[in-house]
Amino acid sequence: MSPTIYLLLSALLFAIGAVGVLVRRNAIVVFMCIELMLNAVNLTLVTFSRINGSLGGQIMAFFVMVVAAAEVVVGLSIIMAIFRTRRTTSVDDANLLKY
Amino acid sequence: MTGQAFPSVDYGALAPVLIVLGGACVSVLLEALLPLRVRGRAQLGLTLTVVAAALVAVIVRATSGAAPVSTLAGALAVDGPALFLWGTLLALAVPSVLLLADRSVEPGGAFLADPVALGEAEAAEQRVAVGARAGGSSSARSSGGGGGRPGRSSRGQAPVESQSEIYALVLFALGGMLVFCAADDLLTMFVALEVLSLPLYLLCGLARRRRLMSQESAVKYFLLGAFSSAFFLYGLALLYGYADSVKLSDISLAAAGSLRPDSLLFGGLALLVVGLLFKASVGPFHTWTPDVYQGAPTSVTAFMAACTKVAAFGAILRVFTVAFGSTVWEWRGVLWVVAIASMVIGAVLGLTQTDVKRMIAYSSVAHAGFLLLGAMAITPQGLSATLFYLLAYGFTTVALFGLVSLVRGPDGEATHLSAWAGLGKRAPVVAAAVTFLMLALAGIPLTSGFTAKFAVFAAALADGMAPLVIVALVVSAVAAFFYLRLIVLMYFSEPAADGPTVSVPGPFTTVAITLGVVVTLLLGIVPTAVLGWADGLSFLG
Repeated sequence: MSPTIYLLLSALLFAIGAVGVLVRRNAIVVFMCIELMLNAVNLTLVTFSRINGSLGGQIMAFFVMVVAAAEVVVGLSIIMAIFRTRRTTSVDDANLLKY
Repeated sequence: MTGQAFPSVDYGALAPVLIVLGGACVSVLLEALLPLRVRGRAQLGLTLTVVAAALVAVIVRATSGAAPVSTLAGALAVDGPALFLWGTLLALAVPSVLLLADRSVEPGGAFLADPVALGEAEAAEQRVAVGARAGGSSSARSSGGGGGRPGRSSRGQAPVESQSEIYALVLFALGGMLVFCAADDLLTMFVALEVLSLPLYLLCGLARRRRLMSQESAVKYFLLGAFSSAFFLYGLALLYGYADSVKLSDISLAAAGSLRPDSLLFGGLALLVVGLLFKASVGPFHTWTPDVYQGAPTSVTAFMAACTKVAAFGAILRVFTVAFGSTVWEWRGVLWVVAIASMVIGAVLGLTQTDVKRMIAYSSVAHAGFLLLGAMAITPQGLSATLFYLLAYGFTTVALFGLVSLVRGPDGEATHLSAWAGLGKRAPVVAAAVTFLMLALAGIPLTSGFTAKFAVFAAALADGMAPLVIVALVVSAVAAFFYLRLIVLMYFSEPAADGPTVSVPGPFTTVAITLGVVVTLLLGIVPTAVLGWADGLSFLG
């Protein structure tokens, strides 16, 4: 099977993640959608690595995983902090700053 | 793939980065080992020492005439622009750190992570603000329980000491910025982007006062920042598919002659640029800027507004020049639209603001448009003009936010425009300094803002962007209106009876503000020294 199909799959996953960020209301779910986008990128990198016949893309996927893990730590702690004061993680309720 | 040879490391060239990141690690250790009483002072001393040492290392390197090198297997390029940007970042870090360290304006410092340690007044403010949504104050108060801090004073006594973790976070962010603007391949750039962003997300949420707004700004900045870095990353992946490498020079080579479809190249470029422009708060990718600038503690806003912009534009300049310089005619049209959008959005929405911090935020969006003008002109003139603009704008902004933090009402900073009415009578020195900096932002002669704008517009004009320069001039005039409105408000309105007080700044804030004002003045009167240095710099590769 042609590896191109994996590129299409990863583009689709990326798009699903991006749409999810835009339409979902829960900060945790929004964050999960961002993680989906990052993993879609990983799939793209690995596929290109296969197509190009070089290992660089697979190494980069590891970098992305590490960075994503660090992002989870910081992100969840911020969401936890706001949940403690507001008792909600809905991004619609965070509306003190606007215009 | 050339065997297992270990890449050569030029420690001399990397010294500033190593000093800052090493200092950040030491700072984390100090946080764990030192007793609470001495921690704040020790951390401040360490941070200032580290920044000064790194600055010295940059100056030594820049004056030694060492040839530009690409080190760590081509991951970092230490060339003329990189050294200029490093110098700018470290010089801006000094006043920013001083503002962060200030205890005179807000007793105990402006940072606090543990909501339980909040004072009585703060708890009351929260109760009102959260109201019905939080289901009463009891839940909000009891939720942060546990984790008793040993040095926590009981209610009614001296204010709880500020967090000293902020220094470690600032150093990590600074290290990320240094790497970001010197990164010679996109993967290093991505990692640096995250290293600079993650500490900033945390810093935004640590305010002692107005915690809800502070936390809200942290969540918004985090979610949008992570969203945009995902775009950056997808752009990286597409460019990897196109060029089989993420080194900027390899992408440039591949763009000159590759059998692969151009859609990969330009799709990758577009996504990559979205991520970069977001960090630089340009144009339609600016939506986070006003919210985060307003919600974050003012000293963090000062650091973020000045240093992040320098780092982001440093990376934009490098990516445009090194990787995409050969295809500039094919993508520049799109950036025309972005630059115009950024300038117009910044100026027009800036007019409608009623909060000083938001107003400065929209002004920064307009300034990002001007900077983009210089960055799009892929010429040596454009490069030196943009570098000069970054330096000038950074110092003006840091000093301005320092001044904003002085004007205070009963519940923290009074940033609403109406609170600033008649400030010229109440606090003539502060009002005069604000006036001078506002004139600098507007670009009036004898300030650095004029020289910087002139240099950028001249570079853009020389590169055939006359229509953009005309738009920029019109926008400058529109933006001058809201800068002048604040000046008029300060001098020609009667002060309100229950208006804000203007704190007498402690030594740290005084030094930071004075530094910013003096640099703004000097760069306006004798710009040739710095312009001469910025001239003739060129990227490696």
